[in-house]
Amino acid sequence: MDYGTLRGLITLLIFALFIIIVIWSYSKTRKSSFDEAANSIFDSDNQCDSDSKINNADVTSHIEDKKIKTNEQETNNNV
Amino acid sequence: MTQSNTSAVDYNFDVVRQFTVMTVIWGIFGTLVGVLIAAQLIWPALNFDTPWLTYSRLRPLHTNAVIFAFGTSALFATSYYVVQRTCKTTLFGGKLASFTFWGWQAVIVAAAISLPMGYTSSKEYAELEWPIDILLGIVWMSYAIVFFGTLIKRKTSHIYVANWFFGAFIITVMILHIGNSMVIPVSLMKSYSIYSGTIDAMMQWWYGHNAVGFLLTAGFLGMMYYFVPKQAERPVYSYRLSIVHFWAIISLYIWAGPHHLHYTALPDWVQSVGMAMSMVLFLPSWGGMINGIMTLSGAWHKLRYDPILRFLIVSLSFYGMSTFEGPMMAIKSVNALSHYTDWTIGHVHSGALGWVAMVSIGAMYHLIPVLFNQGRMYSIKLINVHFWMHTAGIILYIVAMWISGVMQGLMWRAVNTDGTLTYSFVESLTASYPFYFIRFVGGVLVVAGFILMAYNMFKTIAAKDGSLKPVEAF
Repeated sequence: MDYGTLRGLITLLIFALFIIIVIWSYSKTRKSSFDEAANSIFDSDNQCDSDSKINNADVTSHIEDKKIKTNEQETNNNV
Repeated sequence: MTQSNTSAVDYNFDVVRQFTVMTVIWGIFGTLVGVLIAAQLIWPALNFDTPWLTYSRLRPLHTNAVIFAFGTSALFATSYYVVQRTCKTTLFGGKLASFTFWGWQAVIVAAAISLPMGYTSSKEYAELEWPIDILLGIVWMSYAIVFFGTLIKRKTSHIYVANWFFGAFIITVMILHIGNSMVIPVSLMKSYSIYSGTIDAMMQWWYGHNAVGFLLTAGFLGMMYYFVPKQAERPVYSYRLSIVHFWAIISLYIWAGPHHLHYTALPDWVQSVGMAMSMVLFLPSWGGMINGIMTLSGAWHKLRYDPILRFLIVSLSFYGMSTFEGPMMAIKSVNALSHYTDWTIGHVHSGALGWVAMVSIGAMYHLIPVLFNQGRMYSIKLINVHFWMHTAGIILYIVAMWISGVMQGLMWRAVNTDGTLTYSFVESLTASYPFYFIRFVGGVLVVAGFILMAYNMFKTIAAKDGSLKPVEAF
């Protein structure tokens, strides 16, 4: 196989890989785990968050509580 | 600092604090040198007839200071912060993290001394001579060990998308730096590239464009994917899009370098490939921008009272603008007009002051109170003043450069009926003077904004722990 053909095939392979990545990431079954990942920067860290932010936690704790209530949400629409 | 005493995870925030403070300091320094050389273009006497204050030596100092001192310190700070927070574990490597801070500052100081003295490899954005390059390489490898070590020992199963971008940036910058810095030293501060002629130029712009693509784009996208959702208090618009965005942008950016070498000795087909790949880059770039901006969908009202969020979202608007402008300028026929003119300078600063600086400033304003045990910055009002000064500064800067650049391009290509040039070079230079002054004024506004930021930061640090209460959202 000559060099040009090889490179052409590699390009096609990468293109196919990209399409697989798109299908994989947009598959319905993965939606909930991605929502979880998107929300992971808010949840469970909250405890460490308020503690590490400030020692007299009462200053921020009610704010953090509010955050927990409002942050948890699905990513928008079906995108 | 006592932040970790009661925390579930014993985070290493010391190194994050160090990099955060230095980001602001280097921000002032880098932009101040920029303003000085902008002033030199209007009043050449400002080099005071000293060799080490000449434009030729200070220009690389400016670019190195803003990219490697300001921008990269911001990346160190945010990547170390984000990787710890999202992996719920402390930094790997202990003292190695501290070494990356002191090592990186040593690289910057060495650059700030050697560049004005005239030591340069003459490769744009890679001017540092070989001993400094070696130190830079060692620090960067330590950075990679700390970052990936932390990812490996993470307590969460998923690796949050911001870390993917930070990881790609760290690996690629290491490869680029080593690849482009291959030299044969002839003395302590002089070396010659192992590449020659066109190959050397191609290596240089493979490095140069991917420094833009990975350091100034992928790294700051990592910053964007954490701090925009965090500041907006909403998850990112589409996590799926962020995955496609990641793979698309890292696999496409690497091929765009040849657009820096249009109409040179580089083979024509390589130029055309570079042009085509640069235009394709528009898609993932805008995908990422839309993903960031749409995170605010349903929460646009927050822009009305949160200047930090304003910094972050306007940075994405500038990112969208420059990633539209870039592919357009990579088209050969457009490049024939724009290349070597001030248009390029305008484009770079729309990306650097608009995207890179604004997203960093926003992230720093989010980070400083968290790191120094406060509920908010010392003054929200000053953040707002900074926002408007910075925005006005950028707009003055880029509009002046667009007009000056297109004018230069048109004057340089104008020919009389007998085929001679209509304008001499000096005529185009004279015509640019008013725009150089407008650019200078824009630069002064940006520096003044950074000084305000430093004041606000030191007031926040000096305040008693927890004395600055967070503002209630309304």
